[in-house]
Amino acid sequence: MRKPLRSLLSSPVFWRGAVSIVAFVILWELGARSKQWMAPELFVPLKEMLGAMGFKKDYLPWIGVVPAPSTVLIAWIAVLGQGGYWQSWYMSLFRVMSGFVAAMLIGIPFGLLLAVSRTAQGIGFPVFEVLRPIPPLAWVPASIIFWPTQELAISFVTFLGAFYTIVINVLGGARSIDLHYFQAAQSMGSSQWDIFRRVILPGTLPSIVVGSAVGMGITWEVVVAAEMISGGGSQQSGAGGGLGFFIWSSYVGGSYEQIVVGMISIGIAGFASSELLRWLGRYVTPWLRVR
Amino acid sequence: MSEIPSARPPVVAGEIAVRGVSKSYGAAQFRKAVVRECSFKIEQGKLTVMIGPSGCGKSTLIRLLAGFEQPTEGSITLDGAPISGPDRDRLVLFQETALFPWMSTWNNILYGPRARGELDRGTLEFAEFLLNKVGLREFRNKYPGQLSGGMQRRAELARAMINNPKVMILDEPFRGLDAMTKELMWEYYSRLYEENRRTNFFVTTDIDEAVFLADRVLVMSNIPTQVRAVIEVDLPRPRRLSDIVESDRANDVKKQALSILHTEAMRSFSRGSKAAADFVDAYLKRAGRA
Ligand SMILES: Nc1ncnc2c1ncn2[C@@H]1O[C@H](COP(=O)(O)OP(=O)(O)OP(=O)(O)O)[C@@H](O)[C@H]1O
Ligand SMILES: [Mg+2]
Repeated sequence: MRKPLRSLLSSPVFWRGAVSIVAFVILWELGARSKQWMAPELFVPLKEMLGAMGFKKDYLPWIGVVPAPSTVLIAWIAVLGQGGYWQSWYMSLFRVMSGFVAAMLIGIPFGLLLAVSRTAQGIGFPVFEVLRPIPPLAWVPASIIFWPTQELAISFVTFLGAFYTIVINVLGGARSIDLHYFQAAQSMGSSQWDIFRRVILPGTLPSIVVGSAVGMGITWEVVVAAEMISGGGSQQSGAGGGLGFFIWSSYVGGSYEQIVVGMISIGIAGFASSELLRWLGRYVTPWLRVR
Repeated sequence: MSEIPSARPPVVAGEIAVRGVSKSYGAAQFRKAVVRECSFKIEQGKLTVMIGPSGCGKSTLIRLLAGFEQPTEGSITLDGAPISGPDRDRLVLFQETALFPWMSTWNNILYGPRARGELDRGTLEFAEFLLNKVGLREFRNKYPGQLSGGMQRRAELARAMINNPKVMILDEPFRGLDAMTKELMWEYYSRLYEENRRTNFFVTTDIDEAVFLADRVLVMSNIPTQVRAVIEVDLPRPRRLSDIVESDRANDVKKQALSILHTEAMRSFSRGSKAAADFVDAYLKRAGRA
């Protein structure tokens, strides 16, 4: 237990990361406190010039109105004690996980089926390719109409976010397995099933891992946007609306600190789930670890 | 370790006869003949080496022998029976390693028996014997990615031999190894052959390799390939590299084979201005990049 900690503390990568984050927070704090950075009055001349060219509105972001990290921290500590905040976490996490797990459970077999069967590919791939370019968020209204509950609708949209990526990766991974592996297995008397189990499956595993990691990232993007659009399902179920809805209602309520709290929470959640997947990925593909 | 004779199945050496085999790819005007009316024998218990210019169709012939593809014309038989598909009695070592990267050395070696449901105590003992034989006892649990090129080739030899094939087919197995490792592998491989006298068919572009290893050398023509000459290499066994280097007979064989190969190369060069143009193109491109 102590050893990994020490190696972490002596790793330049760790320190570089730490310094970069601390420097970012300090700059942010200074900028927010100054109430000056990119404040409109600093840019009066430029503004007049642009105004003369026909631009009427303020056009620069004003860091001065962004809440300082210290106030964000205070707001954060305040919401930590509230059930609603944790409920948002739980809701988003639940939606991400249900959508993601469903995408794995359906996407991996589907991708493998497309890879091994010409017939399945002929039937399944055209539909898949037509539906794939539709962004998951474009599905939000339709799925709210089609699915009986809003909860299912959001999970479905989340599922779509990961599904396409996983299928494409599985299919590509299985296809790129070297022909010689199949020939060697065949020569040594492998049955079709044996080849599938001991060549195709492990040969595709690295791509499954990559596809899942990418899919997981998309899942978080999708869930937050879907919660914002759909109102987080709070009207019907009465439950908390997820982190996306948390941000949205903070915005509506004018609590800028909470917006940032919500954003950082999503960052943490996304990072943690990617790390977990990476770790699991390394665990299931030990032969790639030992180079 | 377990040198129990009963653990090692007896070697059954097969004989392959290739009669009037042609192979072409593509249809109509895109048709390309790679092998044309090729006939030869891979004699029982002998180490036959096929040498030919790069790209002449050697790997294509090997795919036919292994049964991955069917000839367009002609017949290939193993001990009189026509070859209809891939089978454990004709195992191939490819140019590039085909060890499964996701399996340890040990599991790679056991792949064949496991696939056929023949994993009994005798087989395990044989696997253990082979693992020692190829000098990879300490690497039993390592993945192929952790082995050096030479070790990978040896692991692959073991993986093939555990299936006790009637013919071992090797397609430039030592290409890409450094000169030192390559020579070690020659000695190693020829010792392996001398011990069990299995029928071996070895494809190469390297004349030194051919002469050192072979009982018989088949010298191939350019594409579409045919056998141009068969040279019997009657050097005594067991062979050592130092003996071969000094042997006059070995040098004779080498000269003979080289002169045929040289003629082939010249012929292909003068036959099509296309080949010559390609050569000049490639040369200019490389010069331009440098
Ligand atoms: N499936 C195929 N379809 C079309 N052409 C092919 C096919 N396989 C091989 N060829 C052609 O046959 C020729 C010989 O290929 P092959 O790999 O058998 O040569 P080789 O003697 O093994 O060469 P090398 O020494 O480089 O390994 C190549 O020029 C290639 O264009
Ligand atoms: Mg070849």
